[in-house]
Amino acid sequence: MDKRLAIVAALAALLAAGPALAQIAAYEIVEGAIPQPLTDSPGNPARGRQIVRDLDKATCLICHPMPIPEEPNHGQIGPSLTGVGARYTPGELRLRLVDPKALNPDTVMPSYHRGEDLYRVLDRFENKPIYSAQEVEDVVAYLASLDRQ
Amino acid sequence: MSGSRIAVIAAAGAFSAAAAFGADEIASYEVEGRRSGFLYMTEETRALQEDAFLNPGMFAVEEGEALWNLVEGDEGESCASCHEDAAETMRGVAARYPVFDEKRGGLVNLELRINEMRTSYMGAEPYPYESDELLALTTYVANQSRGVPMAVEIDGPAAPFFEQGRTFYETRRGQLDLACGHCHDRHPGDMLRGDVLSEGHVNGFPIFRMLWSSMGSRHRMFEWCNTSLRAEPYPLGSEEYLALELYVAWRGRGLPIETPAVRR
Ligand code: HEC
Ligand code: HEC
Ligand code: HEC
Repeated sequence: MDKRLAIVAALAALLAAGPALAQIAAYEIVEGAIPQPLTDSPGNPARGRQIVRDLDKATCLICHPMPIPEEPNHGQIGPSLTGVGARYTPGELRLRLVDPKALNPDTVMPSYHRGEDLYRVLDRFENKPIYSAQEVEDVVAYLASLDRQ
Repeated sequence: MSGSRIAVIAAAGAFSAAAAFGADEIASYEVEGRRSGFLYMTEETRALQEDAFLNPGMFAVEEGEALWNLVEGDEGESCASCHEDAAETMRGVAARYPVFDEKRGGLVNLELRINEMRTSYMGAEPYPYESDELLALTTYVANQSRGVPMAVEIDGPAAPFFEQGRTFYETRRGQLDLACGHCHDRHPGDMLRGDVLSEGHVNGFPIFRMLWSSMGSRHRMFEWCNTSLRAEPYPLGSEEYLALELYVAWRGRGLPIETPAVRR
């Protein structure tokens, strides 16, 4: 093959496979948990508290009561997240965020760090996880801090 | 708008509006455990719906009545010139739709049937889906069936479309990866953020939705629920939504048509 063509072909392949691969961190599920953090920089709980309120990121408040009194209208679809840090380890919280369907295939809870195997996603969200790997870590740190009833 | 409203009430409108809301037209909002969206609304919203003078959807009924009598198109016809008194000739029709249509070899709903009347019988242009005119005429025609239990045909030639609609309803979609039933079967009565989830029935459509400050069709609601899940919607009037509409109408079988319903 012509060298230039070969480069173009390689680039095209990279672009085609690129978005999903680039944005979804690799992880391993061990006994109902993802024990290893998805990134090298530790999660920031204050940032996590901001992220879970973000309307553009499918706020958890759609479905969960949370200890965030300044926000109105907490949903009632899922259990209250008050004290959730005492009920689960960070690794268990990480899996519940990244892909709760691994625990309960029938769950109503969305997977916040998954881009593939989804059906008819709106163009602008295609191949984009709701949370980046770092956002997952920030939210895990926030949830882990909710260790009191 | 409110000016013409007052004028209509001052004229003969008062009587006909009251007649459209005869006290016992809707025997029950719950049938065999299926509950109309009405029962998930606040007292205030219910009161608004049941008061023919305050229900904002009655504007659409009045506008629809005017369009029913309007001569348009090359044939010099109006709806009324063939169908005469809608209260008689259109009673019960909305409760049977969507139906399988031989000519199309597919489903047709009330909106598309009305447009077909314009193109085939009146020599007039079809109204765009979700235009004020099509909503008004659909609301007027459906309002003639107030209180009539929904009863769609799902056997025979409609059967494959019904199954297609069921599959649509049960399929997870969008970035949130949810199917209709995750909200409307499992969580009616629960708060989804600031909304009380209902069972997702279509007996009130077209509805006046406060969030939209306007009337909306069944297909617009499907589109809204789809995009809320960050799922690519289908065009209003598409075969996919017609099939979904048939399935959802069957899911609410027995519930009375309550057009124009008022929703949050
Ligand atoms: C569309 C509704 C929905 C949204 C949005 C949602 N969840 Fe959930 N979540 C649920 C449901 C329902 C459960 C119950 C478990 C199940 O059904 O699998 C749950 C369970 C959980 C649990 C386990 C709680 C326990 O006590 O067992 C955690 C932790 C959790 N969610 C965190 C979150 C966080 C953090 C967010 C936002 C990033 C979020 N959820 C967004 C519906 C939702
Ligand atoms: C020239 C006469 C004519 C005019 C004008 C006309 N229709 Fe019809 N309409 C018919 C006939 C005939 C049928 C039954 C056969 C068919 O569906 O084509 C029918 C059927 C219908 C149906 C379906 C009834 C059912 O039981 O399924 C609806 C709804 C309807 N018309 C509404 C309208 C509306 C609204 C207008 C005005 C926009 C209108 N029609 C104008 C002749 C007419
Ligand atoms: C994330 C939850 C959710 C999902 C999933 C969902 N909807 Fe909805 N739907 C809503 C909300 C919120 C409303 C407005 C409040 C209500 O009536 O439930 C609504 C309202 C409706 C209504 C109007 C009910 C009435 O009485 O006015 C219909 C019809 C409907 N949905 C159909 C569907 C269909 C069909 C699907 C699947 C394509 C679907 N919904 C998926 C949340 C959802």
